Formats: sequence, structure tokens, C-alpha cells
Amino acid sequence: MSKPLKQIHLAAHFPGVNNTTVWSDPRAGSHIEFSSFAHFARTAERAKFDFLFLAEGLRLREQGGHIYDLDVVGRPDTFTVLSALAAVTERLGLTGTINSTFNEPYEVARQFASLDHLSGGRAAWNVVTSWDAFTGENFRRGGFLPQEERYSRAKEFLATANELFDSWDGNEIVADQETGVFLRDAKAGAFVHSGQHFDIEGRFNVPRSPQGRPVIFQAGDSDEGREFAASSADAIFSRYADLDTGRAFYTDVKNRLARHGRRPDQLLVLPAATFVLGDTDEEARELAHDVRRQQVSGATALKHLEFVWNRDLSSYDPDGPLPDVDPDVSDTHISKGRAQVRMYRDPLAIAREWRERAEANNWSIRDLVIETGNRQNFIGTPETVARTINDYVQSDAADGFILVPHITPTGLDPFADKVVPLLQEQGVFRTDYEGTTLRDHLGLDAPA
Amino acid sequence: MSPSAASPSPASPAPSTSTPPAALHLAVALDGTGWHPASWREPVARPREVFTAGYWADLVAEAERGLLDLVTIEDGLGPQSSHFLDPGERTDQVRGRLDAVLVAARIAPLTRHIGIVPTTVATHTEPFHISKAIATLDYVSSGRAGLRVQITARPNEAAHFGRRTIPRIEAYESPDTQELVTELFDEAADYVEVVRRLWDSWEDDAEIRDVATGRFVDRDKLHYIDFQGRRFSVKGPSITPRPPQGQPVVTALAHATVPYRLVARQADIGFVTPQDTDQARAIVAEIRAERLAAGRADEPLHIFGDLVVFLDDDPAEAAARRERLDALAGEPYTSDARIFTGTPAQLADLLQELAAAGLSGFRLRPAVAGHDLPAITRGLVPELQRRDAFRHAYEADTLRGLLGLARPANRYAAA
Repeated sequence: MSKPLKQIHLAAHFPGVNNTTVWSDPRAGSHIEFSSFAHFARTAERAKFDFLFLAEGLRLREQGGHIYDLDVVGRPDTFTVLSALAAVTERLGLTGTINSTFNEPYEVARQFASLDHLSGGRAAWNVVTSWDAFTGENFRRGGFLPQEERYSRAKEFLATANELFDSWDGNEIVADQETGVFLRDAKAGAFVHSGQHFDIEGRFNVPRSPQGRPVIFQAGDSDEGREFAASSADAIFSRYADLDTGRAFYTDVKNRLARHGRRPDQLLVLPAATFVLGDTDEEARELAHDVRRQQVSGATALKHLEFVWNRDLSSYDPDGPLPDVDPDVSDTHISKGRAQVRMYRDPLAIAREWRERAEANNWSIRDLVIETGNRQNFIGTPETVARTINDYVQSDAADGFILVPHITPTGLDPFADKVVPLLQEQGVFRTDYEGTTLRDHLGLDAPA
Repeated sequence: MSPSAASPSPASPAPSTSTPPAALHLAVALDGTGWHPASWREPVARPREVFTAGYWADLVAEAERGLLDLVTIEDGLGPQSSHFLDPGERTDQVRGRLDAVLVAARIAPLTRHIGIVPTTVATHTEPFHISKAIATLDYVSSGRAGLRVQITARPNEAAHFGRRTIPRIEAYESPDTQELVTELFDEAADYVEVVRRLWDSWEDDAEIRDVATGRFVDRDKLHYIDFQGRRFSVKGPSITPRPPQGQPVVTALAHATVPYRLVARQADIGFVTPQDTDQARAIVAEIRAERLAAGRADEPLHIFGDLVVFLDDDPAEAAARRERLDALAGEPYTSDARIFTGTPAQLADLLQELAAAGLSGFRLRPAVAGHDLPAITRGLVPELQRRDAFRHAYEADTLRGLLGLARPANRYAAA
């Protein structure tokens, strides 16, 4: 009956700017110093993970006109950290989120091609469309693009970058010291792109990199985002890490591939997932509860509620009931620069639902925010967690997971030490790297 | 500037002035296989490895072995060309290069002492991005980052971005050209101003992790920079906290009054290209006058002379090597900088002579990286050390420290 066991893909997200990171824990270290990133990357590589993942921020978040100060604030530059990490690791893939709104294709293509050369073929790019005029205030082009144009710019940006990556076929450099031929083709790197967003031409100046192109990730969840991923991405970074929504998402995106002439194994589905480990399942549950309380202070709960209510709620008691007043649905937003705010598209309906749930369960504001926003995905003993992850992957809720520990930078260590060996014993996770490039780890074809 | 290390010993050749020899600062400019276009033909050149990390790691390790202050890494937003402003079609020279900031980051964790200064082109890039990139390079290297800011007037590079057109320069002395060049350098000055303000936009102690109040940062110690310029505006603050050096070291290469003004207004080191001591003296005077006009006369500024070097133990050997490379290239090598051909001892003489004209250091451009870099570190450096004109060990952990520059106060911090 049985089909062969799927091999699990595992990656690690260095957590930073969000309230899942428990910065107040005595074990919490720096989220800026390179030693933290080096520790995290070495743990991921020791555990034979596919890659390390970095998110992006281009403007400090604000709420009510003030810089948001309750979460970790600040992060280093993605490209610089990834390139430095290439010096302290040998096989681990290096994935960076870089937006397509406040960058230009020539520069980003140079940076990713350079990273791929400097890491021996380990670069990956999570292509995101960036946010708004608020972020735009830090950049030359300023302003912002309407939602639909941001998407079309992203698509054209990626297509243009691919044209640049492909402008060298990989055979041009001869470097024959005897005959004096360095380049076989004087036109190496020649490109012309004329489109709605970019009208550029010339010569790309980075020769073809070990992977040909970086591995491409996409993270959008809208219909358009899923279609973009199905047409152009190698992996999709999803937020559905539970079984039922995970399977629904998985089925949906895998079914979209045929329309683009692609096979189901050409797009990996990798949700972000958190975990809490204990010596017993009960201990892990208690620990998970404690972690959630640390993640969501009363002040954080009120601020989180403000994402939906779009009002100053500072006079409310976080341990009391939800506000009777309805959300402000005007066009001005008190929360700026927070990606998750966009998840609340119908604030009135969400407020109604949250009030009903809070009343039914006798939840305070803080309880509600904990229950709706900060559920850990995998809780239990290492055995329980290993079994659950494997079940999810074998039942097609995901191809693997991008793990987000709540402690920086040592939070990945227990997973590497305790869960990974169990997955290896089950024969569903590699005991050593088989190839040298990220494309090898992910089982992806070389680009044409 | 560092004070002079010692008085001249009787054995060392007396410089042309009566002052004691200053301790020089030394930088090396890394560019592909070297600055001579035929350098890649030399057996030591490793031309197939120019796009690998190991190649760059080896060069920088050699520079660090020689106790040099810093390396710069060249960059450009288009392929190299033998023409000043146009793309070329030659296939017998090295073409292609990796992003300099990424190269710098890749080698930083492998080194301990040497300053690492990648080039960035201000004309087509974002100051917000480069500010956080160099701040991060400073974290990755524990305080050894710098930045070399450059403009580009190449129309073909503008076409790689498609956001602006840059008219082709026809006559260098024409008013149109002067206007264009002035605009590009003014834009670069704004760019550096933004980068510097962003470095200061976090006070050093902004991260408080106050568990009692639940506040990770003290937002009163984060500052909007609110820069408004002709070409761009930037709000701030940075997303990256203030780097270890506070302000990483800003450098620029300059050949004329307009770029001298950029150096005077915004740089910690200016690289200049005098052909002799008289010219060196004149350039230093001009930059100092611009520094005064910019209101920064009391702030330290290094002025380094740039030289291309062919170094061999026998001067005839160096000259023959240059001739051989010129023959391979099909034309005599020319440069904006003075080209030195000779022995390490002769170069030491020249550097001391030029230093007496007011230069505090030199940026040497190895004609062949695989040959002339080791000749600098193993030939020139010991020669200067014998003359008490160069350090015998690294005396500081940061690039600012090596250059004798204090860690600057934050412009936004309340006094």
C-alpha cells in the first residue's frame, strides 16, 4: 500500500522583530551581534538543516505615532549577515527576504549572484512586495505603489532578475593565460528588458553563479500570491502549520502547478512553525503556556488589539473584557509597518468574532490575544514533536518546516540535539548533506 | 593622525625635510587580479578563482599579515572597460566582479585586525540600504568597517537602472560637464550625510531591555533623521543599531576641486593622486582649505596618496615586468595615479618624501595582486619598519583606532 516516505525539509528562521521572541528570558542573547547569527547558523548546520532564513524590515514600526518599543527592535542587514555566515558554515543554505519595491533588479541580481558565488551555491531569495508610503519615506523612489501594481512590479522584478542571471550561460570565462582569452564572448551579460516597470539594458557584470540562479521563495498568501509562487517560485513560505489548513493550502498550491507546466515536486511548501519541548508532554504544555504569557504581556495584548480596533486602547484593562466600542474603520491606521495588520481585512467581523469567543470562554483581552495569536505549533516531548512533524509531512500538510525558536540565539539547540536524531532514526531526515548547494538539499532541478 | 613614532636613526635615509619621519598608514586597493589589465596573465594571478571567496580571503589575509591599516575593494555597476566612459568589447581582460560589500562581509569573519572598506556607488543606490549594510559590516568585523563612496557618470550604467539618464560627457572643461559632475558629487555628499545620520539615529544605549516596563528600547533614544535633499529624502531612524565604531570610516578618491570638496565635507580619508611632492603639497592645501570652509577644520582628516606599484628586488626586474605586461595588453599602462616601478626600498624613499608634503598615508594599488601585494607586505613593510615609519604590531582593535580617530559622539544624543 505504502508510497515511499517523503524526506522532510527543515530550516531555521533567526527570529527578530516580533513578539514571539522572548527577549526578557535570561538566556536571550543579542539579536544584532554576529556571534548570535554564527551560533544559530552553526546549530542549523550541525543538525543538517536545509537553510537559515532571515526576514526583513525597512522601517521601525510605529503605533499611535510612536516607535513600537515592546518587541525586539532593530536588525542587521540581510545580505551582509548572510555573506558573513557563508564564512562560518559550509553547506547550510542562506535565504534572505528582499523586497521588490525599494530596490532595483540590477543591484539585487548582483547581490544574490555574488552571494551565490561567495557561498559556493547556497543563496536563496524570498521575494516580497513591500508595504506602503510609510516604508517609502526611507527610500529614493519614495511614495508607494497601489496594491495591484506592487504585485505586478514584483513579478516583473523577478522576471527581470532572472533575465540578468541568465545573461551569462556559464561558459564565457576561459581565462587562458597562454592565449590571452579571458572571455569567450564579448557580449557576455548582454540584456534588454522593456516592460511596464523596468526599461533597462546593458551588460550584467556578475558571471553565472554556482546555482545559476538563487533558489526563489515566495511568501504571499493571496490568490495572486499563490499563483505567483506556482508560476515562478521554488518554495513557498506559508503560515499554515496546522494539519487541516496546511493540507488545504498544500493541495491548492500544488494543484496550481500543472497550469504553469510544472510538476508538484518543483514547488516546496514550507510553513513557519514554533515548538516547545519538554521531558513529558504535560511539562511541555505547561512550558508552552508560560512562554505565551511571556510573549504577551498586558501592554503587548492591548497593542495587539489595537491592530484590529485601530483605536487607542491604553485605558483598557488587559485583564478585563474586550472593548464594547467597535473598531475604527477609517483610512488612517494607528499601527504602521506591521505586516500582520494586513491579515485583519474585515475588522468589524473580527471584533465581533473575538468578543463572542472571549465571552464564551471567559477570556480577558490578554487571554484572547494569547489564544488567537501565539499558539505554538509543536508542543511535547522530542518523540511527540518528531512524530507530529513526520505525520504532517507524510500526510501532505507540508514538505517540511521553517522553525522559529522563541529564544535568540540558542533556542534551536534543543531541537537539533533531541528532535533531529529521532527524525534521522525514522529515515525521514538526512544524516549528512548529500550535495553542496541549496538546490541539492531541496531536491530542485538546476535552472534551464 | 598618529604622532611620529621615533626620531630617524642615523642609518635611515634622511627625508627631504628636517622633521622626523611620521609613522605612515598603509592601505591596499584590491581590484580583480591587479590593476594592470594584463595582470591576470601572470602565473601567480589565479584568474579562474576571482569569483570565489577563497581568492579574496587569501589576499586579505596577506594584507593583514603585513599589518596594513585597511584594504579597499573596488566595485562598479557595469563591466570593466578600457574606455573611460563607455563599455568595451575586449575579451582579453578580466570582466565581471562581485558586489564589494558582500565580498567584504564574506572575509570579515576570517580576519581580526585589518580594516575592510568596500566601494559603493552613490549615483544609483539607496543610502538607507548602504547605511545598514556598512553598520552590519562593522558588527560582523567588530569595528573594522569603512566605506568608499564613488559616483558614476557612465551613461551605460545609468541604463542598467533606467531611473535617470546621464548625458554623455564630451568636453571635460565645458560648463555642462562641470554642472553634471558637481551635481553627482553633491548628490554623493547628501548620500554620505544620510548614511552618517542613520548611523547616529540610534543612541548607543537605546536598547534597554527593561523587564519591569516591558520596553525593549527607549524610544527617546531613537531619532528621525528627516533628511531632505535635492535628489532624495530619508526619514529614518535606521533599522540597525549604531555600529561598534559609532561612525565607520568614510573614504573617497578625488582628483579635482569638486571631489576634493566631497572629501573635505564628508570623508575621514581622502585618496588623492599627486605625481610629485609639489603637487601633493598643493592638493593637501586645497583640501584643508575646503575642510576649513566646510566648518570641519578641527576634525581629523587623513589624506592618502594613491600609487600603482610594480615591486621587485631588482629595479630592472620591475621595469621588465611592466614592459612584459604592457606588451601583453597591447598598449602602455596608464593610470590616474603615479605608477611606481622599482624596489621596496626605493618605494619607501618615495613614500617618505611624499609624506613630508603632508600625506598621512598611502593606498597602494598592486599592479599584479598575487605578486605586488606580497612584495608590499614582505618587502616594503619591513623596510618601513626598519626606518621606524610603520607599526610592528596592530595597536588597536578597530579601524578608527588604527587610524588614530576617536569614536565620535552621537550628534543626536543629549549632551
